[in-house]
Amino acid sequence: MNQKYMLPLAGVFLLFLLAYAGVEGVGLQWLFGIVIPYLAVIAFIYGFVNRVMCWAGSAVPFRIPTTCGQQKSFPWIKQNRIDNPDTAIGVFIRMLFEIFLFRSLFRNTKAAFNRDENNKLTYSWEIFLWLGALAFHYGFLVVTLRHLRFFLEPVPASLAFLEYLDGIVQIGLPGVFVSGIVLLAAALFLLARRIFDAKVSYISLAADYFPLFLIIGIAATGIAMRYFTKVDITGVKEFTMGLVTFHPVIPPGVGGLFYAHVLMVSVLFAYFPMSKLMHAGGIFLSPTRNMANNTRAKRHINPWNYAVDVHTYEQYEDHFREKMIEAGLPVDKEE
Amino acid sequence: MSKELKPDQLLDKIDHTPSCGNWMDTPVHIRPGMYCYAAKAESVETLGLPNARPWNPTDDDWKLPENWKEIIHNAIKERLERFRTFKIFMDICVRCGACADKCHFFLGTGDPKNMPVLRAELLRSVYRNDFTKAAQILKMIPGGEKLSGGRPMTLDVLKEWWYYFFQCTECRRCSVFCPYGIDTAEITIMAREIFNLLGLNIDWIATPISNCYKTGNHLGIQPHAFKEMIEFFTDDIEEITGVNVEPQFNKKGADILFITPSGDVFADPGTYTCQGYLILFKYLKDKYGLDVTWSTYASEGGNFGFFTSHETMKRLNAKMYAEAKRLGVKWILGGECGHMWRVIHQYMDTMNGPADFLEEPVNPITGTKFENAKSTKMVHITEFTADLIRHGKLELDKGRNANRIMTYHDSCNTSRGMGLLDEPRYVLQNVCDNFFEMPSNTIREQTFCCGSGSGLNAGENMELRMAGGLPRANAVKYVHEKFGVNTLGTICAIDRAALSTLMEYWVPDVKVYGIHELVGNALILQGEKERETDLRCDPLPGMEEEEDE
Repeated sequence: MNQKYMLPLAGVFLLFLLAYAGVEGVGLQWLFGIVIPYLAVIAFIYGFVNRVMCWAGSAVPFRIPTTCGQQKSFPWIKQNRIDNPDTAIGVFIRMLFEIFLFRSLFRNTKAAFNRDENNKLTYSWEIFLWLGALAFHYGFLVVTLRHLRFFLEPVPASLAFLEYLDGIVQIGLPGVFVSGIVLLAAALFLLARRIFDAKVSYISLAADYFPLFLIIGIAATGIAMRYFTKVDITGVKEFTMGLVTFHPVIPPGVGGLFYAHVLMVSVLFAYFPMSKLMHAGGIFLSPTRNMANNTRAKRHINPWNYAVDVHTYEQYEDHFREKMIEAGLPVDKEE
Repeated sequence: MSKELKPDQLLDKIDHTPSCGNWMDTPVHIRPGMYCYAAKAESVETLGLPNARPWNPTDDDWKLPENWKEIIHNAIKERLERFRTFKIFMDICVRCGACADKCHFFLGTGDPKNMPVLRAELLRSVYRNDFTKAAQILKMIPGGEKLSGGRPMTLDVLKEWWYYFFQCTECRRCSVFCPYGIDTAEITIMAREIFNLLGLNIDWIATPISNCYKTGNHLGIQPHAFKEMIEFFTDDIEEITGVNVEPQFNKKGADILFITPSGDVFADPGTYTCQGYLILFKYLKDKYGLDVTWSTYASEGGNFGFFTSHETMKRLNAKMYAEAKRLGVKWILGGECGHMWRVIHQYMDTMNGPADFLEEPVNPITGTKFENAKSTKMVHITEFTADLIRHGKLELDKGRNANRIMTYHDSCNTSRGMGLLDEPRYVLQNVCDNFFEMPSNTIREQTFCCGSGSGLNAGENMELRMAGGLPRANAVKYVHEKFGVNTLGTICAIDRAALSTLMEYWVPDVKVYGIHELVGNALILQGEKERETDLRCDPLPGMEEEEDE
């Protein structure tokens, strides 16, 4: 039993039970449906902004991009303008690739060592982490966008179109949304990797399992409500529109499962800014990726650059003058 | 160490599957062969760095200042404000593990704490404990401390930091693969800054910087000796080519100041690369009147200050601009070196610029403007030579390198901190016909470190160096067996020394050459006699039989 993932798992179960029992047993809809969501959103916005401001408040003393291709030098040597950009446009494209396509992760390789007569170290392309991560993030994105339909009235056409695309694989009723399934499957894959890959397991912390369990819980409750328990969708919309218009209401006929879903989402929101999930904001500010490799062409200013003690030429010559003269080296002062 | 530990024994130790359990519960064991000796007190004193005293890493008592924990806490705090890299890299790692098997030290030792992510976690765990809200909230819950992934600073933690942050060569390979560009080098740099506030440097770094500060170079070569050593090369070259290359020193009003690592002046096989520079400068002087001077004051291109602290790096680097200004040259040309170029390319102008007393560098022979160096005003010698070759300004006899079956090792700093990839290859392919690349996952931005960079090329940590160099050596072995490669070309002074030892250990038939050694062999000097040997005094291709007779 590994307490690094058993405790977070127990924690997520506890959250679920808390909301479910709190609503079904004690009737605390107002707490789980109104108070906590509002607090969570406030914590999220405050925390996120605060964290980003805190990063932005730190200086960038040196221009130190990680260069992943040929530099700009001569017109006859082909520069890699994206992986080693020297202009703002190049950096912009590099960042687009990083943020939307996980460019660096795409390079991932897997090393293997065979202890035999050849003793060869080999590196093969390892695409599954990239695929899993991409599926997870895009699944999450589409699910989140789809949920906007609960907060907007009327529902914009673009959202309806997204839903149409997401539901294009028509199986059963209500139609299956691919994004939710992809999100759940990808999260389970990332979890399995964390548990069964010895290296990843060794480096994983409770803080790595907790958000995964939380998201799996959110996806599972969402899927359960849509396909199995068939939540009262008009009641839900009434509830969410109440939240967003600041006239919160507790609709009748929406049960504990829904509030468990809402509580887990709230916890995810509140937890986000103080956790590793902030990579979502951090990637934009990462100096090894968002700076141009033109440090020799354009001087970068360090805001806290200060004067230092140096050993001057005069001190050096004073020290070695006789030897220098003897060796026939030119000196500034003969005496 | 390497003498005792055979390659087979080292290979037997490699297991890339970490055991179960919690890394925080695995105590550090500072093992001979894996660490470098402690800095000598007198070397620490030269630069006035704190807590100079004799100490020994394997002793229980490290003779730390009374308030060492406070010093560390404040140092982290200050650096979080000064370096956005540090702050962001502390916060956003998701421990995806993409970097885990990218580190040459992990691949060579199998020690899980050499996975870049875990190396960073060594420090991040203390950061979490001391500086994050999540940990402070969790501490209020019973048992919550374990959940936060934090741990308090203790002497054992410090020792673990010391052991593993001196097992990182700041090569940045992990940073290429990180989806957020987290650069372990940056974290290692911060850790080493902290060590230096407590007097915990290693001697292989502390003594070179002390020498460099006082005498101008890491090896402590005094001005007259520096001149003598280069004149000794002049004699060798005259013997081989019949031409006196007449180097110039500290010459005011020269066109160009040339600075290269002092390793090129002192240690084989870098010395042959140095002879290559001398031949090139002589050729350019005779044919085009280019006036190049060496300096004894700025006689070090390398900068072990970079492995100490940003401040020390600046203090040592200041000599380059100061000397260029004093001599009144137009611009500076830099020799083949790795971390020297990281410092010049990404730090020098910011730290010690603006170099408004120099001219925007133009190659006076070809008229090429080095646009990419117009502010820093320092040009890499392979950029310079590539430009000369491109314009047909050099007469080269490739045949003299016909017995060299080459592969090329990108040094970490010039590839991942600069992107100088095709210029050296262009030069190489114009002075030598037989060139084979190593597998694509081991070159260019994915190149593997020699295992001895960032001041770790000492003698006492040989097991670490040979293990860390394994991925590089393994790729060389591959092309050696497949294409008969017998020469590993490089543009880094530490590589020239470290890879020679590494090749001896893993692939004994392969020799290490600097690119400008090959240029020196191929370049036809005006008025030279028929050469019979290369710069190493080995017979040239086609001249072997005459020797036998």
